[in-house]
Amino acid sequence: MSATFTKSMARNIFYGGTVFAALLFLALTFHTTWKLPQRDHRENLTAEVVRGKHLWETRNCIGCHTLLGEGAYFAPELGNVYKRRGGDFIKVWIKIQPTGAAGRRQMPQFHFTDPQLDDIVAFLKWTSEINTENWPPNIQG
Amino acid sequence: MQLHYQSQAVAKPYFIAAIGLFVGQILFGLIMGLQYVIGDFLFPAIPFNVARMVHTNLLIVWLLFGFMGAAYYLVPEETETELHSPLLAWVLFWVFLVAGALTVVGYLIVPYASLAEMTGNGILATMGREFLEQPLPTKLGIVVVALAFLYNIGMTMLKGRKTAISMILLIGLVGLAVLFLFAFYNPSNLVKDKYFWWWVVHLWVEGVWELILGAILGFVLLKLTGVDREVIEKWLYTIITLTLVTGIIGTGHHYYWIGAPAYWQWWGGIFSALEPLPFFALTVFCFNMVNRRRREHPNKAATLWALGTGVMAFLGAGVWGFLHTLAPINYYTHGTQITAAHGHMAFYGAYVMVVLTIISYAMPIMRGREANSERAQVLEMWSFWLMTVSMVFITLFLTAAGLLQVWLQRIIPNPQPFMVVQDQLALFYWLRWISGVVFLIGLVVYMYSFFVQDKPQPVAAGEVQPATA
Ligand code: HEC
Ligand code: HEM
Ligand code: HEM
Ligand SMILES: [Fe+2]
Repeated sequence: MSATFTKSMARNIFYGGTVFAALLFLALTFHTTWKLPQRDHRENLTAEVVRGKHLWETRNCIGCHTLLGEGAYFAPELGNVYKRRGGDFIKVWIKIQPTGAAGRRQMPQFHFTDPQLDDIVAFLKWTSEINTENWPPNIQG
Repeated sequence: MQLHYQSQAVAKPYFIAAIGLFVGQILFGLIMGLQYVIGDFLFPAIPFNVARMVHTNLLIVWLLFGFMGAAYYLVPEETETELHSPLLAWVLFWVFLVAGALTVVGYLIVPYASLAEMTGNGILATMGREFLEQPLPTKLGIVVVALAFLYNIGMTMLKGRKTAISMILLIGLVGLAVLFLFAFYNPSNLVKDKYFWWWVVHLWVEGVWELILGAILGFVLLKLTGVDREVIEKWLYTIITLTLVTGIIGTGHHYYWIGAPAYWQWWGGIFSALEPLPFFALTVFCFNMVNRRRREHPNKAATLWALGTGVMAFLGAGVWGFLHTLAPINYYTHGTQITAAHGHMAFYGAYVMVVLTIISYAMPIMRGREANSERAQVLEMWSFWLMTVSMVFITLFLTAAGLLQVWLQRIIPNPQPFMVVQDQLALFYWLRWISGVVFLIGLVVYMYSFFVQDKPQPVAAGEVQPATA
């Protein structure tokens, strides 16, 4: 690099550029936070949904599944599973795990109570209603 | 060859622990690789999600060990003063190692829900999110270790010479610690949770970690090539400017489909499409410095690792990142094996390789020689090629699997269910697993290279042995 471009110039551009980018990012974040209520329908965020998210986390479902495309790629996408399968299927499915089918990928048995299953379904239903700009491309996730 | 500052030697246990945990990481990668094709392998003893937590958390912990070791090694030399407190560094080493080991043991022997209950997740729920699975005490431990570590490094820098390399390293490390605090923010609104989760994950690997990467590479290249410090530090500032100017707003490439406003498809797309620039600059920097070298350093292996980092970071992060970063493409590839392909090559090419670079450079010196024997270096270079080439193959097989997955599950007129698609990808998963075994062989060769001695030179009795230079 040429001698007219000095180290202290490079340093100043670094600090200036970083502060600028960070401020712009913060401004966008504020705007996003302001817009979110219309997109996540938080008026439907009931106690059931909150408990469901907690169950989702403490069983580490994300370690096998994706949720809105984030997580692990070992098992089906669950962001839209409520639309794909419906609440009853989800409950029965979770109850009858593992399938024990030889050589097939397995999902553990979590010993949920019926109210807990309702919470999980409520959480998956709420999640399926988030405005995701039409992702996933189709019902298979 | 002597260490310039005695306290640099505390880096050694950090590097040894890093390599040990690296082995664990790869073993669990291989377990998961098998579970991909033999679904009930080790079930229910080690369910896939448990193996995955161990694999990814060990990766992060050993990279952190590597970064800390690198800091302890290079900060005294850069600041031209002894480390503020080598004792503190030793204490933190054991605290971090024991905390890490207990966490992994906890994952393996206690059901995750019980672990959460036992460790106070009810008080402050932070667990169960990808990469942030650690129980609350572990997370708090990470914060405490990070603070004490930064105190130690900060005090050292205060009393010594201030160089751009050490400043950039410090900014990166402070950023790492500060951004980790978002791991404690877990709103019950999933969209907000996801939005700020990326402030840890993305702003780490595509933000502050790149400063650490740049500083370590800059330091090693300075030592290996003898190029003027001014030149190297100017390059570093240029690289990290590009990093943060593109990478901060580039976070938006994760906001396309999680409920955030649609404008992120533009903000995230445009800025993240520029994120390969700093990686490209890094590649040019590495080759430029080596070509302009003013000395022939005897440690050829370290030079190879440094150049390898430049190339592989650009391929994994720059090229494989760009591949799926624009919204119209990401719409189809989001959360598929394409993501996994990119994640592997980027993490390996940038962060695994830079840690192996500093280890390759510093470890011989800490063991009392400027460079390892010819034989040891040859073996180390073999391990470089075995690991790097097998990682290229892992990436290629996952990319092939990902393309097919996208096609069958998301593009064709009658899209197929996830599990039906996975069955058809088995061939690629087997090939990935075989590549993984080669990777492990490379890692074993790597460790073996630490123990190779030069063949003893036979000296005839009565002859005068020539003095060695
Ligand atoms: C160890 C990995 C693993 C974990 C952990 C896991 N699952 Fe699964 N899950 C699977 C696999 C594999 C399948 C597909 C199995 C099959 O088709 O035979 C599946 C399928 C499902 C399905 C049906 C999807 C569909 O489209 O048919 C639902 C619903 C589900 N899981 C919910 C959950 C929930 C909720 C949790 C957490 C409480 C969870 N899973 C945890 C592995 C896992
Ligand atoms: C140094 C080498 C490696 C690095 C840096 C690495 C890194 C990672 C990372 C970052 C993830 C999370 C990926 C994501 O969320 O997209 C991951 C997951 C995984 N890794 Fe590795 N890994 C390495 C080696 C291996 C090897 C050798 C194997 C097996 C052959 C392996 C198998 C897996 C599997 C199966 C997953 C889970 C993918 C999923 O979510 O379905 N890894 N690894
Ligand atoms: C060394 C630097 C980088 C590392 C270590 C890295 C690692 C990763 C990992 C592990 C993931 C998966 C996260 C998850 O589990 O959900 C990911 C996702 C992603 N990365 Fe990177 N990355 C790097 C740089 C880049 C760059 C420079 C770009 C763009 C040019 C990029 C684009 C993306 C995109 C678009 C995704 C989302 C994939 C999806 O939609 O599923 N990455 N990265
Ligand atoms: Fe990213």
